[in-house]
Amino acid sequence: MIKYFKLSIFILSIIPFLLITYKIFFNKLGPEPVKEITHFTGEWTLIFICLTLSMSPLKKLTNLNYWVKIRRMLGLFVFFYASLHLFTYVGIDYRFSWQPIFDDIVKKKYIFVGFAAWVLLIPLTITSSQKMMLLLKQNWKKLHKLIYAIAILGSLHFIWLSKTIYFKPLFYFVLITVLLVLRINFKRIFEK
Amino acid sequence: MKKIKYSEITPENIYKNRRKFIKKFGLAAGSVFLSQNLNLSANAAPKKEDLKLTEYRYVTTYNNYYEFGTGKSDPAERSEKFKTKPWEVVIDGEVENPIKLSIEELTKMFPSEERVYKLRCVEGWSMVIPWLGFPLNKILKKAVPTSKGKFVKFTSILDPEQMIGQRFPILDWPYKEGLRIDEAMHDLTILVTGLYGKKLPNQNGSPLRLMVPWKYGFKSSKAIVNIKLVEKMPISSWMKASPNEYGFYSNVNPRVDHPRWSQATERVIGEGIISPRIPTTMFNGYGDEVASLYTGMDLKKYF
Repeated sequence: MIKYFKLSIFILSIIPFLLITYKIFFNKLGPEPVKEITHFTGEWTLIFICLTLSMSPLKKLTNLNYWVKIRRMLGLFVFFYASLHLFTYVGIDYRFSWQPIFDDIVKKKYIFVGFAAWVLLIPLTITSSQKMMLLLKQNWKKLHKLIYAIAILGSLHFIWLSKTIYFKPLFYFVLITVLLVLRINFKRIFEK
Repeated sequence: MKKIKYSEITPENIYKNRRKFIKKFGLAAGSVFLSQNLNLSANAAPKKEDLKLTEYRYVTTYNNYYEFGTGKSDPAERSEKFKTKPWEVVIDGEVENPIKLSIEELTKMFPSEERVYKLRCVEGWSMVIPWLGFPLNKILKKAVPTSKGKFVKFTSILDPEQMIGQRFPILDWPYKEGLRIDEAMHDLTILVTGLYGKKLPNQNGSPLRLMVPWKYGFKSSKAIVNIKLVEKMPISSWMKASPNEYGFYSNVNPRVDHPRWSQATERVIGEGIISPRIPTTMFNGYGDEVASLYTGMDLKKYF
């Protein structure tokens, strides 16, 4: 049962990738295709961050263990879409011209936080396996709390690149904030 | 689609001089700002006769016109019913003869000519558009600016009923922009009433918009109702929204970055994913004609 559940989540998760690939090959991306790919992969990264962060609240809410079983896969899709996003920027948009890319990372705060978020995803991806989990024991949990920082950096990345106050970046910012606040154990705070 | 010879639009001597300038400048810009990976040199700078018109469908579906929404396709989707008749334009302020004209009178009085200009958006993309319009100085000369008329302030229409974007405080509505008087009097600065040989589509700023080709696109106000000569530098809507990102001058300048974007290169709209960015040229390639307006000015300070 859980196997099929996982398989269907996997298939659903690669649909955005297939969709953008189809659009690239059939030239369905409109006047500014590179920006389209950048925005598409960027937004799906944020969506997968939100999905990953929703799993433990959903577990608490429904008392079902299913949610946590797919969390690792969703987290790996965060890295997958974030890497596609980064590749679009570095490879397709800037053709691996490292100087302007480096300048951007240093000078533009939205690129800096976006890049930082991607770098922080690397240790999480490397230590995502069962084996690593056993190896790192208590430290694994601590390390993987990095996803909270990544989520905040990711939503700031979106807010800071927008020209004016747009609905979408604020929506993700609020959603991520709510998902993080849900993790605070208020009972414990009040009992103290 | 009608094919346009560029030689028909710009007098030959002007366009040859411009070529020289672009070559000179393109080389400097290319070597200083772009890495060898992009391999941009003087040869890569666009030749005037090579300027390829952006397809009509892109010109009319990819627009920044926040009065109709912040999405690029919003203006095309939401402006269809926008009423451009009746429409009156007032030229007043520091002038000897204030003018009030209906759009019909205005188009009759000032016949349009075709001008192929490159439009460079501050967001880092560009289009080449065959505009129909006439020099702004023609109408300003009719109004006769007084010695106090040192700046020109453009005000666009305020109509939240028709313009859904104006119901939200995205910008300080109505849209306001400004030029220094010598910029406004410059022959390249035109008031636009059409493009691609047709009446100006609503999403492109019908019935009357400005086009200042050496400045970033947002300087070229759409749906203008008032042109006012003023003594002090006007505060534009974008300056008010974000003063450290949008300056009064906003000349296209590959050496002065926007705080959030590099301005060294640009994407050409409609070129697809295969073609790389191209180098942005000083004053969008119109330096020959306009650089003298800014002699002695620190363009980093007056961005």
